[in-house]
Amino acid sequence: MGVAASLANSTAPGAAVAERKPARFALARRTILTPILLSLLLLAIALITVMTGSRPFNQTVIDVFVRVILVVGLYIFIGNSGVLSFGHIGFTCLGAYAAAWLTINPMMKRGSLPGLPEWLLETRLPYWQSAVLAALFAALAALIFGRVLMRLSGIAASIATFAMLAMINTIYSNWESVTGATSSVVGIPIVRVIWPYLIGAVAAIFIAWAHAISRSGLALRAARDEPTAAAASGIDIPRERLVAFVVSGAVMGLGGALMAHSIGVVTPDTFYLGLTFITLSMLVVGGMGSLSGGVVGVVLLSALIQALRWLEAGVSLGGSTFALPKGVQEIALGVIMIVILALRPSGLMGNRELTLPRSSRNK
Amino acid sequence: MLQILFDALSLGSLYALGALGIALIFGVMRLVNFAHGDVIAFCVFALLWPSTDAMAIVFAGQLPWYLLVPFVLLCGAGLSVLCEIVVFRRFRKANPATMMIASFALGFVIRYFLLMLFSSRPKSISLLPELSQPVEILGARLPLLQLITIVATMVILIGLTLFLRQTRFGLEMRAAAENFSMARMLGVRANRVIMGAFALSGALAAAIALIFGIQTGTLDIQMGASIMLMAFIATVIGGLGSLGGAVLAGFLLGAASVIMQVMLPIDARPFRDAFVYGAVILVLLFRPQGLIAARGTKERV
Repeated sequence: MGVAASLANSTAPGAAVAERKPARFALARRTILTPILLSLLLLAIALITVMTGSRPFNQTVIDVFVRVILVVGLYIFIGNSGVLSFGHIGFTCLGAYAAAWLTINPMMKRGSLPGLPEWLLETRLPYWQSAVLAALFAALAALIFGRVLMRLSGIAASIATFAMLAMINTIYSNWESVTGATSSVVGIPIVRVIWPYLIGAVAAIFIAWAHAISRSGLALRAARDEPTAAAASGIDIPRERLVAFVVSGAVMGLGGALMAHSIGVVTPDTFYLGLTFITLSMLVVGGMGSLSGGVVGVVLLSALIQALRWLEAGVSLGGSTFALPKGVQEIALGVIMIVILALRPSGLMGNRELTLPRSSRNK
Repeated sequence: MLQILFDALSLGSLYALGALGIALIFGVMRLVNFAHGDVIAFCVFALLWPSTDAMAIVFAGQLPWYLLVPFVLLCGAGLSVLCEIVVFRRFRKANPATMMIASFALGFVIRYFLLMLFSSRPKSISLLPELSQPVEILGARLPLLQLITIVATMVILIGLTLFLRQTRFGLEMRAAAENFSMARMLGVRANRVIMGAFALSGALAAAIALIFGIQTGTLDIQMGASIMLMAFIATVIGGLGSLGGAVLAGFLLGAASVIMQVMLPIDARPFRDAFVYGAVILVLLFRPQGLIAARGTKERV
């Protein structure tokens, strides 16, 4: 542990020096400000939304919270291991369909998804139970895939995770009796209140934080920065990666379940390349080395997208209405992303976390 | 049987050309260029006059073939070099993930630019219709185009090999792919080599666009993406940065897709792609550095 801990020092100073055993939870106490601040940020957004009371805005913020869950899930694996994964949206797909299987009215299920096993056809759970089960299901899938995939590293691992996503997508787009193939699965109860999504996002943030300061998370970050030295000091890199993969798979599954409940319809292509790239972009633009980066990336890019949409719909300014031509929204988004990345190649947050100014000395 | 062979070869040709375009750029810049698929789409739409009507207004597509082919190739090369100058030049020192996302964002910009000009409806055009005539060879009826695809790919591959082996520019490019900073110290001009690689890769994208456009007869904004993904996978399992590996893997992927389409039981056929991707994971597990590992990309300790 000695060398590994000193390697991890860049993120967790003095975590465990061989001679002096630190006080229990010292690391936790020093870093807990970050998840608290991020949660407060989200809580503030939620409160503002509730106060304005506008339906479309409410839906937008729900989307933002779902994306926060997904991007935090990505961060748990990508940020800590340094391996870019294109496959995590596959777990979101699994989670969303699991939520659909568990919550749709049994009568409807018998008609649209007759291939489900009998016990599943009978089940009908409240949405929060189904979300937890969906997360566990996704984690199980991550465990199975991860056993195989985590032996790879670098770009080969990225491609292998993409192949996994494509496999999941192909299966879910063609397995007529269980997933309804490419036609959408309807009848998922829609939850329009903002709080469950806020709780989900905050839970994801705290899970990510707890994983990052755990022994496994520290070891994984040490392996990200200095793979050779980390392996030499006894870190089993594939194993630590697998832990992160399973944890992030669970968070992605949770995000998928909540996403299903926020829109009420699932199709396999919702969970394919489009979502993969938008979530990855948010993580990288925010800064993939830090949890705050992920959350900030989601909030900022979502705000930007929303602002551009408003401009596209037209804004009245001093009597005359301005409207951008259709399609400018996406182009502007792409250009702004390129500019941000050109100016700050390691993302908006760099590798720093959000804390109060006083404690930034410790980082 | 011969039919299957030719199907496999012509599908493999498309993948191989795409993989080559990605591998060329990866070789000199360590950039996985996600915008490649959108360059392909751009080249196809360069044949049309911008309009959002359902009817395609053929513009460059009316040129005789000996003008058409150079025009499209130039379009591809030009756009690709433009991307390099405007965007990728600023990312030379960035880490691979950042470059990848930047290239994705660029592809996004190109795609929505096309959408603005042409709308998202697929358009049908008949380009050089005489090429779709079937010909009879050894008892198998093959579209003439399939033959031309295969022959053209072979010509491109041989030409590219000669170019890389025999000319000074090719030598510089290979040197840069192997060890970029060393090559620069020995007098290779970085900008020239990188721009050359982008131009070549753009021209390859244009070649794919032409073949694909003639083959399907429909122009769709999404068409670049599907080939690009397969090409991307081929680049990696061929060994990133290794041009020969990329071509080999492209043909293997094409063959695997076609053979599985024929061999799998009827029930499993819709799941063909899942099997192909499963095979990709298997190959990566046994050879994570790719079928033909490029020199200089090995992890050094």
